[in-house]
Amino acid sequence: MQVTSPVRKPLITGGKTVHDVTEDICRQVEAKPSKLWLMAFGVSVVTLAIGFLAVAATLWEGIGMWGLNKTVGWAWDITNFVWWVGIGHAGTLISAVLLLFRQKWRMAINRAAEAMTIFAVICAAMFPVLHMGRPWLGAYWALPLPNTFGSLWVNFNSPLLWDVFAISTYFSVSLVFWYLGLVPDFATIRDRATGMRKTIYGALSLGWDGAARTWSRYESVSLILAGLATPLVLSVHTIVSFDFATSVIPGWHTTIFPPYFVAGAIFSGFAMVLTLMIVTRQVFKLQDYITIEHIELMNIVIIVTGSIVGIAYITEFFIAWYSGVPAEQYAFFNRMQGPYWWAYWSMMTCNVISPQLFWSKKIRTSIAATFIISIIVNIGMWFERFVIIVTSLHRDYLPSSWAMFYPTVYDMGVYLFTFGLFFTAFFLFAKFFPVINMAEVKSIVKSSSENSVEKTA
Amino acid sequence: MSDSKDFILGVYDDEDVLLHAVSKIRGAGIKIDEVYSPFPVHGLDDELGYKKSRLPIAAFLFGMLGTTLALTMQIWMLGIDWPMIIGGKNFVAIPDFVPVTFELTVLLAAFGMVGTFLVSSDLKPWKDPKLLDIRITDDKHIMAIDLAKNKAVDAAQIGSALKDSGAVEVNDKKVEE
Repeated sequence: MQVTSPVRKPLITGGKTVHDVTEDICRQVEAKPSKLWLMAFGVSVVTLAIGFLAVAATLWEGIGMWGLNKTVGWAWDITNFVWWVGIGHAGTLISAVLLLFRQKWRMAINRAAEAMTIFAVICAAMFPVLHMGRPWLGAYWALPLPNTFGSLWVNFNSPLLWDVFAISTYFSVSLVFWYLGLVPDFATIRDRATGMRKTIYGALSLGWDGAARTWSRYESVSLILAGLATPLVLSVHTIVSFDFATSVIPGWHTTIFPPYFVAGAIFSGFAMVLTLMIVTRQVFKLQDYITIEHIELMNIVIIVTGSIVGIAYITEFFIAWYSGVPAEQYAFFNRMQGPYWWAYWSMMTCNVISPQLFWSKKIRTSIAATFIISIIVNIGMWFERFVIIVTSLHRDYLPSSWAMFYPTVYDMGVYLFTFGLFFTAFFLFAKFFPVINMAEVKSIVKSSSENSVEKTA
Repeated sequence: MSDSKDFILGVYDDEDVLLHAVSKIRGAGIKIDEVYSPFPVHGLDDELGYKKSRLPIAAFLFGMLGTTLALTMQIWMLGIDWPMIIGGKNFVAIPDFVPVTFELTVLLAAFGMVGTFLVSSDLKPWKDPKLLDIRITDDKHIMAIDLAKNKAVDAAQIGSALKDSGAVEVNDKKVEE
């Protein structure tokens, strides 16, 4: 028997029974798409289509369409890549790390967060793929296939290649984890459906019958997958940070990067989960499952990771000064006071100051405030990557090659394309898949719903 | 009789009642064919006397395979097949091979374990689950007792034992093979 301490707040409100969980979550899958959904989906598809024009132009003409120059050879592309990968960290963190810590509040949000992870990683992958210029030949750059560039094999000493393995492993393991969680829920939908729908969800549910023997193995698989995914989450952004940290560019060449990037990734990922979940719970009327308690707990994670990020900024700055290396000192001084001062201070305001507002209980339990701050945090995290990448590059070793970066309409278009892709995928998911893990939520109805918590108290 | 199975189904709507019921029924000398639940019930596998899953061992072995493959691949490609000096490093620079080795270990462990799970639990897209009760995937736990395996006990006795253990319904079900 599961016992929940009476001091814990209920995770499911509204006196729900196990059957109510099935009804409430299946409703949006079974109903005709609402007008609101159709509108939102339409806007996403149009965004995707407009963005695709920029992608097509990039593929047709080459990456000269972007605003990159000889000095700033990496800008929006890698900024957006790191930004999306960072967002893609929350899903697996919620489902894997919180599973290992036995945090039951993950159960209502893990499904949507994992979906978000998968879509965000796809968006992230768009940038390195497009930056190859001729992505159809990309397999020779990225995979260990014998090539004719003179090196025969790919370079396993390069962090860029580590990235290929890290991102693709992360993507495929997250996908498996997510799908495995969906199987029992697909079975629930299958058993309520008829006709074509029954065939499709029947195939997706893999013939799931809820046998105790299968559940026992399933639980064991989930636990081991969580154990494997936890170091995987940490490794992915560590390796992304190696793209910079293993180079000798002042501003990049720092050992603090791996933990600093991982904390930033969790920070931005949780912010994106909050943005999406606040909208989802409103649109699908899931306030009884995604409660203020859930939002407050996620906001607490944001304070913690936001503070780690803040300390990392200050440490980085201190070490640059303390190292006594003029090039390093200049790089950081230039960030604050150089031509990109506005990006640096936007980053500081959005990432260091705004999450500190959550120390106030009133703010961290307010839906409106959380929604606004969650968007501000992601704007800040975009600026963080922009600051790290562009300000470190634009003042090259020789003043004669100093330059500025100006994005072209194609840079913006490709970024827009990934937004279209992300939201199109997310809206399709929200309509056709159960957005809350029914099986897991049902398992805590008895111990963590409002009725039971009152009873124990 | 050979191509159909007779079941008595105990329907439970509470997981804690179910857990006690399993030990009571087993204590009464009745063999339980299987228990079906809409969500994982912790401790149910112990009550039913199922052995601990060996899937973690499968995961470990697949992980080791990943480690071996990754190291062999990198050492052979850069150390033996086409050695090149890259950044003044050794041909076989083991620290540089750690990230890819780690990722392939995790990848093979995860996919190998999930694959083993799907095969061992016989989960596949074209499988017809043949549910004994449609409410299994909604809100009811079903304890299935196969009459053919309980020849010693009378069917009516099983029915009343199920009722006594807290079943909210007791149904008969014939399954065509």
